[in-house]
Amino acid sequence: MPKLKQQGFMKALQCRECGREYPLEARHVCEFDFGPLEVAYDYAKIKSKLTRAAIAKRPHSMWRYRELLPVAKAPTVGLEVGFTPLIKADRLAKRLGIRELWIKNDAVNYPTLSFKDRVVSVALSRARELGYETVACASTGNLANSVAANAAASGMKAFVFIPHDLEKGKVINSLIYGANVISIKGHYDEVNRLCAEIAGKYDWAFVNVNMRPYYAEGSKSQGFEILEQLGWKIPRHTVVPMASGSLLTKIHKSYQEFIKVGLVKKSNYSVHGAQATGCSPISTAHRAGQDFFKPVKPDTIAKSLAIGTPADGFYALKVFKETGGASDDVTDDEIREGIKLLAETEGIFSETAGGVTVGVAKKLIASGAIPADDSAVLCITGNGLKTLDAVENHAGRTRNISPSLREFDALLDRDKTLTAK
Amino acid sequence: MPVQIRIPTPLRKLTHDEEIVETSAETVGTAITDLESRFPGIQERLLDEEGQVRRFVNVYVNEEDIRFLQEKDTPLKDGDEVSIIPAIAGG
Repeated sequence: MPKLKQQGFMKALQCRECGREYPLEARHVCEFDFGPLEVAYDYAKIKSKLTRAAIAKRPHSMWRYRELLPVAKAPTVGLEVGFTPLIKADRLAKRLGIRELWIKNDAVNYPTLSFKDRVVSVALSRARELGYETVACASTGNLANSVAANAAASGMKAFVFIPHDLEKGKVINSLIYGANVISIKGHYDEVNRLCAEIAGKYDWAFVNVNMRPYYAEGSKSQGFEILEQLGWKIPRHTVVPMASGSLLTKIHKSYQEFIKVGLVKKSNYSVHGAQATGCSPISTAHRAGQDFFKPVKPDTIAKSLAIGTPADGFYALKVFKETGGASDDVTDDEIREGIKLLAETEGIFSETAGGVTVGVAKKLIASGAIPADDSAVLCITGNGLKTLDAVENHAGRTRNISPSLREFDALLDRDKTLTAK
Repeated sequence: MPVQIRIPTPLRKLTHDEEIVETSAETVGTAITDLESRFPGIQERLLDEEGQVRRFVNVYVNEEDIRFLQEKDTPLKDGDEVSIIPAIAGG
């Protein structure tokens, strides 16, 4: 094979299974064994450029680590994305019974309030470099929102494909930007299968199909930010929600890369995975001690995590093995409790995936998988305003009175009587 | 009407750019054997050393994943459609 041409800090695409190399094009699968392709970087060159001092001078966005993100030149889409708050969550820590707890809050990511803005800004910047005008995705909602918004902002045409039963908030959140929203009578895995076939036929930049090697790398920025915001340290425990398992494997990769380029010291850490019981192929396999998973048909309110055939499930299981991570899953009721607990203790309204993460963290702390005297980071990936349907009848009720002081006094008196009892 | 197998892009070099290949095989497993006899080399792309469908290959019969059916023993009948699709990232 002729020597592949390096682009920026990227050397080639490389199969994770057999190591075969491919040019840096829009392609995602090894022709030999169907293994996923991943970007290979020139880490020696990155190490000489990406120093703490260099990073400190750059704007507060995910692009401050741009040498470790797969674009050849300066990014052109989503320049403001990322650098979301890392909150010290003392009140939640107390409720969960752990010494120290942090929340990485991507519920307020820019512009569409989920961690997907990270992957999309990478995918669309790279799609432009490769000359694409039309972008597309298969999505459980958040990705669709982000592709639609970022395509609109950069003047690209967008097709987004979603399951027919998504939350209303997520559907409107894609339509409003003028994207072509195609709703498929089927669950996400069926949408995915159709998109694989569409991507084979139409020459578009499908962010999670042919652009996947670039797209998926965007998730690393959430991990990079955690390390910088903790004062250039790796957290002892990180809890990550799992749909395809991609985010979890990229958080692990981000920690490894910062060690490799000398930005943080090597230290022991565990990455734990959270799923919904109604769609838990990865956590089920992990607890059964298997290194493969059995696909499932999803049935859960955590629709953003409802992927029954998780593409990175196998690699997520490997991360648990390598880092001593645990995984567990929670029921719909526990998900709602998790959402409420996070809201009531920290003032953060997360979507259902956040309820999964909080619920599973609670279980892992209770079981000792995360020891009570340690420190942990929870990754919150999306915003509760998009999944109002899930908590509509569980958030409590408003109390209605006339605009009368007498009625309000009566209401307070009633409360006092109740408390006194 | 024979069984139709949809060939994904990464394998079309082997099928001389044919997108759809027909077979009269009676199971998914024998369909793969049939493909191999006509397009040598295709079997090792789909099956691992132990003869199992590779980890990153998903096979569907009429839109149902064969892991929900009888895996390689899943029966095929006239008019069935088989799709071979690589695993995809999350959304």
